[in-house]
Amino acid sequence: MSVTSLEFQAASAESAPEQAIEGRSQWQLTWRRLLHDKIAIASIVVILVMVILAITAPLFASLYHHAPDQAFTNTGTTSTGAPVGPGTHGFLLGTDYIGRDLFIRILYGARISLFVGIVTTAIATVAGVSVGLVAGYFGGWVDTVLARFIDTVLAFPFIVLALALAAIFSPSLTIVLGVISFFSWAGISRIVRGQTLSLKEKEYIEAARSLGAGPWRIMFIDILPNLLGPVLVLATLYIPTAVIFEATLSFLGIGIPEPTPSWGSILAEAQNYYTVAWWYVVFPSIALLVTTLAFNLLGDGIRDAMDPRTERIFAAGSQRRRRRSARAAVPAVAGGPSPEFPDPPRQPMPPAP
Amino acid sequence: MSDMPPRGAAAAMPPEAAMEDDVLVRVDKLVKHFPVRGGGLIRRTVGQVQAVDGVSLVIRRGQTLGLVGETGCGKSTLARCIAGLIPVTSGTVTFEGRNITNLSRGAMRPFRREIQMIFQDPYGSLNPRRRVGAIIGDPFAVHKTASGAKRKKAVQELMERVGLNPEHFNRFPAEFSGGQRQRIGVARALALRPKLIICDEPVSALDVSIQAQVLNLLSDLQSDFGLSYLFIAHDLEVVRHVSNDVTVMYLGRVAESGPKDQVYETARHPYTAALLSAAPAADPDAAAERRRIILTGDVPSPINPPDGCRFHPRCPKAQELCGQQEPVLEVKAGDPATHQTACHFPVEAGESLARVAGRERR
Amino acid sequence: MDLARFLVRRILTGIIVLWVVATGTFLLFFTRPVTVVARELAGRAATPQVITEVIRNLGLNLPLRVQYLHFIDNTAHGNLGFSYYSQVPVKTILAQDLPITASVVVGGVVLWLIVGLSVGVLSATRARSLFDRTATVGVLAGISMPVFVLGELLILFIFLPLNEHGITWIQTGYAGLSTGLIPWLGHMILPWITLATVQAAVYTRLSRGSLLDTMGEDYIRTARAKGLSERRAILRHGLRAALTPVVSQLGIDIGALLGGVIVVEQVFSLPGLGFDSVQAIDTGNLPVIIGFVLVAAAFVVVANIIVDMAYALLDPRVRIA
Repeated sequence: MSVTSLEFQAASAESAPEQAIEGRSQWQLTWRRLLHDKIAIASIVVILVMVILAITAPLFASLYHHAPDQAFTNTGTTSTGAPVGPGTHGFLLGTDYIGRDLFIRILYGARISLFVGIVTTAIATVAGVSVGLVAGYFGGWVDTVLARFIDTVLAFPFIVLALALAAIFSPSLTIVLGVISFFSWAGISRIVRGQTLSLKEKEYIEAARSLGAGPWRIMFIDILPNLLGPVLVLATLYIPTAVIFEATLSFLGIGIPEPTPSWGSILAEAQNYYTVAWWYVVFPSIALLVTTLAFNLLGDGIRDAMDPRTERIFAAGSQRRRRRSARAAVPAVAGGPSPEFPDPPRQPMPPAP
Repeated sequence: MSDMPPRGAAAAMPPEAAMEDDVLVRVDKLVKHFPVRGGGLIRRTVGQVQAVDGVSLVIRRGQTLGLVGETGCGKSTLARCIAGLIPVTSGTVTFEGRNITNLSRGAMRPFRREIQMIFQDPYGSLNPRRRVGAIIGDPFAVHKTASGAKRKKAVQELMERVGLNPEHFNRFPAEFSGGQRQRIGVARALALRPKLIICDEPVSALDVSIQAQVLNLLSDLQSDFGLSYLFIAHDLEVVRHVSNDVTVMYLGRVAESGPKDQVYETARHPYTAALLSAAPAADPDAAAERRRIILTGDVPSPINPPDGCRFHPRCPKAQELCGQQEPVLEVKAGDPATHQTACHFPVEAGESLARVAGRERR
Repeated sequence: MDLARFLVRRILTGIIVLWVVATGTFLLFFTRPVTVVARELAGRAATPQVITEVIRNLGLNLPLRVQYLHFIDNTAHGNLGFSYYSQVPVKTILAQDLPITASVVVGGVVLWLIVGLSVGVLSATRARSLFDRTATVGVLAGISMPVFVLGELLILFIFLPLNEHGITWIQTGYAGLSTGLIPWLGHMILPWITLATVQAAVYTRLSRGSLLDTMGEDYIRTARAKGLSERRAILRHGLRAALTPVVSQLGIDIGALLGGVIVVEQVFSLPGLGFDSVQAIDTGNLPVIIGFVLVAAAFVVVANIIVDMAYALLDPRVRIA
């Protein structure tokens, strides 16, 4: 027994300083690294602010006494019928072409964007992980069929599908959710499938099989925990894709129908008023850009936090010094894809990360 | 770990028949071929990797069978065939008299409680994302034998039994050393009190000082629980230390098998003799006396094995017959019934292969 | 020869895909009550007489099987229907729109490939330099930007100010090559930049990463050790391998390209295929929509074949698969 206690001491000496009995999971370590990443923290803050603004949109509406679809033709438009600028008559960011409060409409647009972005990504993630796991683990004809299906969906020009559907059914939130989810799941599925294919060769999977564990148990209890990291990064990077997709559909008139404001439809209206109302274009654009940029940066930040070997171009000074000694011969792409964390495939509309 | 005393003098009677109830696992003419696919538009099978080509062996209750051979000789494949992890091309595996070859997953399930495996790579054989307690508790979960507090207690007892601190059961594998991880693997294998544990090179990846600890652990467990081991290794000294019987494999076939002392002291197969001569001897005087037998040539590939005796291209005693006719695994003159060799011209007593080969080396 | 066989196989697959799409389109649009279909085909503004005429002309009362055969037959011969709304065959509309869309697509693709690859390669060879870091920021901004937002911002901040100051070279709308190269360029330059920027960002990152990985490979180190200059080592040995992920990404991006084109034409008022298809939705002009769906499918198939051939040229292993 004394030998084994020596082993204990040796083991604990080489690892981190004596810690609580609870082991530190990968998530805790990732979270800690993430907390040191200033850009990631900023992104989280921005996203939280966006979410809060979206949730409290009705509050702002009642505060300003401007409903999102309330047209103030006298105070909200000039004598020639053009929108008024920011600050006039109590319109914080100006008005749109029929005198509706642009600020309130942008806030309500945030609700749509975030809702669509998060819900479609959630659906796509669940579907994509399930299909990818099954295809990767079972292999054989199951995999062949599913992989073909995934590839077909991936290569599919979704704009064409959206146009066709809009021609038959009138645009609605359900169609938007359906189309975007259907587009997104394939990219996630392909990456999950790839990871599963390599994971299932690992010895601990063989060990599980030798215990008598069935395929479903192995997939969800042994393989899935190893996938959650990349899947989280992927999902975070798919949210902005979905947001942009929805905005583009609305821009083209086949997305969220009036009178619900969507950043895309606001920007579509703004096209006729470039010369007289710069705010009409600028503020919704800023809202869109800030949102997508925040999610992209956060996704990259999580990816870097999970994989500390990648050298970060914008690493803070002290971190850079510490990393110098552990630098690989060739720096991996900072804030970019690596073999374990590939980018989601781009697609429809404004291709996104 | 005592020797099995040779039984019966009647050479006509197969020795094992008298001890059927002692036999835990019997492997009979096991063949495992992996198809090699290649060729143009249509994937044709252009060849076969003959990983295991007609192996028969016996594992007895409470005993350890050591399985030795070079890399590529098929011992790992054989182990996986016995464990039911890969399908068998032909031949049979019987466990306690019942045929477990190529059973469906459902039919194999009850046997999985009796046959367990320990793997070579302490870093790869444990899921890095799961806590050690969950890993060890897996057998209980899969076979639904214990849950909740009962499972936790059983897991902690197991941890203690293999020499781990039971309070660490919420830690991750990354926080343990190599030796400790192997102990975790042992604990997992031991959970359901199996009858047979297949150890696939369990100490090859460990430091020598740790190897001894793990081997001692395995030995203790064997006597406490009446376990049988199939111990696979390429290190002869380790195998000698742990085994009752030894089987030597070469390129998918059995070269020699028998009780440990028989094989080690009086090796009859030239390959075995060569292996033994290459193993470092602890006694410097004995080492100085020993002549190393140099084998010529590379190990041939299992896709295209040589005709006749597979060892003949490298064998210092090879003659024309060896390239034409495959030798049968049988008892050679002067050996006890339990010691069998597959060779046309086995090493005779007092013969020095180094001299025969014409190459001496001090 | 392997390559020829590969090409033939891809073309055959392509034809099958087109057939599937045509069938799917038919099922989607025509398998509904006759009156509904007729009304949609005739357009929202159609009178009952037009509707009966449509039913008669298109044989909508015939059994579905027969209609299907006519549909496939017509499509194969390029007869894509008749737009009752504008009283011209769909084919004519397509022919008018094609040069415009082609200008946008070709220019955009060329621009994005050139910019994307060169910035990517330069970034990789000057890793962690100021150039590289600036490029990374640019890339991040680029991939977060929806195409239509970029378009509108460009119009707002480049086109309008320039116009106000009398510089009218850059314009929205379209001017064909027949009006001269300079005017054509002036109308195309903003759409090209809009279409190309987002994709260029993606390809910059992709080629940078791919080239960095390749540069670290042993066979490149061997080339350097043999005495090849850095540039030749990369150009000769590394670039080919580095390009394969780029080409395969191109295949996937064809769908994105279609989406981008539609948006760009909308933003810059270019009367191309994209613009007209959106308008067709607005006016409920079904024949045009069907025609454009089929054309889009054909484009995707052809583009995929081209990309596959490029990939096979780069990576000989693919030809055998």
